[in-house]
Amino acid sequence: MNKLPELIFNKSREGKTGYSFSETEIPDDLIVLDQEYRRDDIDDFPQLSEVEIVRHYTNLSHLNHSVDSGFYPLGSCTMKYNPKINETIAGFEELSAHPYSPMKLVQGNLEIIHTLDDWLRKVTGMAAFTLTPAAGAHGEFVGMKIIRQCLTDRGNPRKVVLIPDSAHGTNPASAHFAGYEIKEIPSNEDGILDVQTLKEHLNEDVAALMMTNPNTLGIFEKNIIAAAAALHSNGSLLYMDGANMNAFMGIVKPGDLGADVIHLNLHKTFSTPHGGGGPGSGPIGVSQDLVKYLPVPLVDKKGDRYHASYFNKGIGRIKNFYGNFLVMVRALAYLMALGKENLRTVAEDAVLNANYIRKSLEGALDLPYKSKTLHEVIFSDKGLPVKTMDIAKRLLDFGIHPFTVYFPLIVHGAMMIEPTETESKESLDEFIRAMKAILKEAEEDPEKLTDAPFNTPVRRLDEVRAARQLVLKWEKREDEKTDDG
Amino acid sequence: MRYLPLTDSDREEIRNFLEIKETKELFSDIPRDKAYYPLEHIPPAVPEDELIKTFKAIARKNKFPDYLSFLGGGAYNHFIPEVVNHLSQKGEFLTPYTPYQPEVSQGSLQAMFEYQTMMCMLTGMDVANASLYDGGTAAAEGALLALRKGRKKNTILVARNLHYEYIEIIETYIRHLEEYQIDYVDFDKETGKVNLEDLDKKICKECAGFLFQSPNFFGVVEDSKKISDILHGKGAYSVQVVVEAMSLPLLAPPGETDVDIVVGEAQSFGLPLSYGGPYLGFMAVKKDFIRRMPGRLVGETVDVDGNRGYVLTLSTREQHIKREKATSNICTNQAWCALRAGMYLSTMGKTGLMKISKTNHLNTAYFVKEIAGFDHVNIKHKNNFFNEVVLEVKHMPVDDFIDKLEKKGILVGVPLKWFFKDKAYASAVLINFTELHKKPDIDSLISAIGELQ
Amino acid sequence: MDLKDFKFTKEHEWVKVEGDIAVVGITDYAQKELGDVVYVELPEVGSTYEKDEACSNIESVKAVSDIYAPVSGEVTEVNEELEDNPEIVNKDPYGKGWLFKLKLEKPDELEELMSADAYDEYVQGITKE
Repeated sequence: MNKLPELIFNKSREGKTGYSFSETEIPDDLIVLDQEYRRDDIDDFPQLSEVEIVRHYTNLSHLNHSVDSGFYPLGSCTMKYNPKINETIAGFEELSAHPYSPMKLVQGNLEIIHTLDDWLRKVTGMAAFTLTPAAGAHGEFVGMKIIRQCLTDRGNPRKVVLIPDSAHGTNPASAHFAGYEIKEIPSNEDGILDVQTLKEHLNEDVAALMMTNPNTLGIFEKNIIAAAAALHSNGSLLYMDGANMNAFMGIVKPGDLGADVIHLNLHKTFSTPHGGGGPGSGPIGVSQDLVKYLPVPLVDKKGDRYHASYFNKGIGRIKNFYGNFLVMVRALAYLMALGKENLRTVAEDAVLNANYIRKSLEGALDLPYKSKTLHEVIFSDKGLPVKTMDIAKRLLDFGIHPFTVYFPLIVHGAMMIEPTETESKESLDEFIRAMKAILKEAEEDPEKLTDAPFNTPVRRLDEVRAARQLVLKWEKREDEKTDDG
Repeated sequence: MRYLPLTDSDREEIRNFLEIKETKELFSDIPRDKAYYPLEHIPPAVPEDELIKTFKAIARKNKFPDYLSFLGGGAYNHFIPEVVNHLSQKGEFLTPYTPYQPEVSQGSLQAMFEYQTMMCMLTGMDVANASLYDGGTAAAEGALLALRKGRKKNTILVARNLHYEYIEIIETYIRHLEEYQIDYVDFDKETGKVNLEDLDKKICKECAGFLFQSPNFFGVVEDSKKISDILHGKGAYSVQVVVEAMSLPLLAPPGETDVDIVVGEAQSFGLPLSYGGPYLGFMAVKKDFIRRMPGRLVGETVDVDGNRGYVLTLSTREQHIKREKATSNICTNQAWCALRAGMYLSTMGKTGLMKISKTNHLNTAYFVKEIAGFDHVNIKHKNNFFNEVVLEVKHMPVDDFIDKLEKKGILVGVPLKWFFKDKAYASAVLINFTELHKKPDIDSLISAIGELQ
Repeated sequence: MDLKDFKFTKEHEWVKVEGDIAVVGITDYAQKELGDVVYVELPEVGSTYEKDEACSNIESVKAVSDIYAPVSGEVTEVNEELEDNPEIVNKDPYGKGWLFKLKLEKPDELEELMSADAYDEYVQGITKE
């Protein structure tokens, strides 16, 4: 039985209205648009009543698993709880100014940007931030362009960026869009970067190393300071991907580890909601030498007046206006709610939770790397009678969102589990019980996994068909007649 | 603390299970001299009631709500039905991740599919993606798409009357890609429109395509069909940038004017001004471009029981598979903003959208008609605009004009000299009218301007 | 399928020479690695490519693979069947699943390709790793 609501276009009927807005007093005949520029109609565009729209979207919402409904241990995504008070604050009309408002009329907004910038400097130890990038990947792109501009000014932009084999796909993609070739370097058997290996790859063509810390295996890259020194001696720079900041916010500062450029994901560590795929915000922090390359605008404070400046001769503009301002509001509200008393507890609880899961499942699953786990743990599918994907699909039947699967690429059948600090011990225990039950089924009744899920609104979907027979929008079928003729 | 469910006894239980005495031990790989740095500069925690007060106090420092604003230029103040706020704030829509496990994400996926469809209907194109960051970055992605598809072509043409921030972003994106370059096409200072002769001249063998904005920065509707014809005649792509999406319901859709790629900003569809973000970049293309376009795409398929379902498709183009060979590095996009846009579009419906879109134009036309009586100001382009016009100020410096109106509680518009260095624009403002401006508001503006004669 | 007239590249393409035309496709090993093919992007007839230049790509649900011209030449024909039925590449990679035909510009380049036996050994070497 199909549990999805009918598509909105199939529910549409001529004559239905979903909105209410006052009539204009201006007469129609004032139009000064030539007929050739105008359209007559928007064929098949929906027309529904408000009631039907509310039911449509409400029923759609019931089909989603979310952080609000249950455990969501997606590794490297930091699916922590999204505080509701942040939504209230972000909804204040008095914050929703036009971005071209005169600066003296939006001092509150400029204060928010500046205050968040200040908080991020404190927690990362970087000299300055731009809050303009819209997401982590956007930030990576901006960070790599800053590096390129800096090296160009020093005489040679160089050609190559080194990226560990455990890196997230956005790293090489972003470096490529900044004009670099990629060279992959292998992690060692402890799952981290070896300084010796790094040195073997260093030459005058190397612009930078992009290193995620902790890396995607959840392991602290303990050679980072030595790596930074080696890079700097080579005239190269260190880019630190801060997506996993949840592992050590308040414990150690990337600026103290030698990073020249870092990005953060406000929609990960800083609790802003993922929204089904964004919006996010990917601030970039830089060392003192690189401040002049930050994109415009930058917000500064003179006396008690805030001011946005457009004069930085940096890499230019990378986004419209100021960035995702209302995402910044949520992040600032979060940090203020945590405060000094709780800031460090976030990372400590995140790491306790991940280690609790690790030790509980170590006996049942293969742990490819024995190094200390921080906020996320990786298991492989070695020795299992089923595939990782099958375990993931069966988890859905238990009301739990699966972990990240098949990433990083260096672990076969990777299962990346990041519980975050906002899970109770009861929630973790439920997950561990579910995993153990599923692994038992894998031995005794593997079809329960290979045919899973059974209890979700739809079962396994045909992705091959989706790619072969592309249906990317609704279209009225020839045999269908709708009343708006 | 309410965001930290572990109790002290939970923590102790876990530590005992892990056979450690202190949580600190888990962080022993971090250099001792750098770990557990002092937190004295971090302010104390703020409880909920104080947090609300604090932000209300910050918000009160914003004085813009006291003004009647006619600011436009890439961000537009439109009506948003209350249902959009209520429905989009549902935790099931707000808090999930990108739908990588489609079986438990059908809500987000179907909503995205519907949004993609509505964007195709509005633009008249074959396929729309599930969002980009904003109009400016969408324009850059549009330029890159034309360059990628135009094999062995390395130049992209950009109209000089494209929103200046968009031009800046395109330049930043292309600057470090050595294989590409940008050239510019002039506009006619009288009509405000793209100079078609200059366009024709500038299309060289290496030119992959031309980006132009319509309605353009001055609010004037461009001759998209003529532009597309000139480009296609020389084997180049036509890329239209739509900065004010509210123009789409009233104007002829880009698809009908043979545009190949449409990119732009859809903030007008259900997103508040938000001091500039988060907004909603969009891209819609003709089907030849599907396999090279950036961004997420939702496709319809069936599950093992034959039931209709939705999945992210053509992911092979994206960063998590193709890595450095990806069509873009985009990962997290603006999905929730697209969800709101979809809700807005379905709530307003065909009749609502067409009516509101027309009201935007009528309000602007009313202003243009009524202001014609004055000698000290002049509307530069008196017809074929959508909802923005350029007002030339003849008798005083434009800064004084803006200032005096501000003292009357009016934010008249965006001074063009912020965007154009040419003397011709030194004394002009861009004024925007939306459906939220009622006749008395427009009359206030007119009489306030009248008082400055 | 008797592959003794076929020649092979390290990128898992095969070449079958018919007069001065080289027919090009991907090997059975390649189609297995790719999984279900969902789309084949073929080069334009009339375009020319140098040996080892990327001229086509094959997309499956999990990957996109570039196809490199095994020899230099001008594209004379492409397999239009694949537009609607890309799965032919999986089902019959050496026969009906051919991709495109090149007019041989430098026939000497064929010497640089592997024989069927050499290719078999090469694949065995890879799969052992």
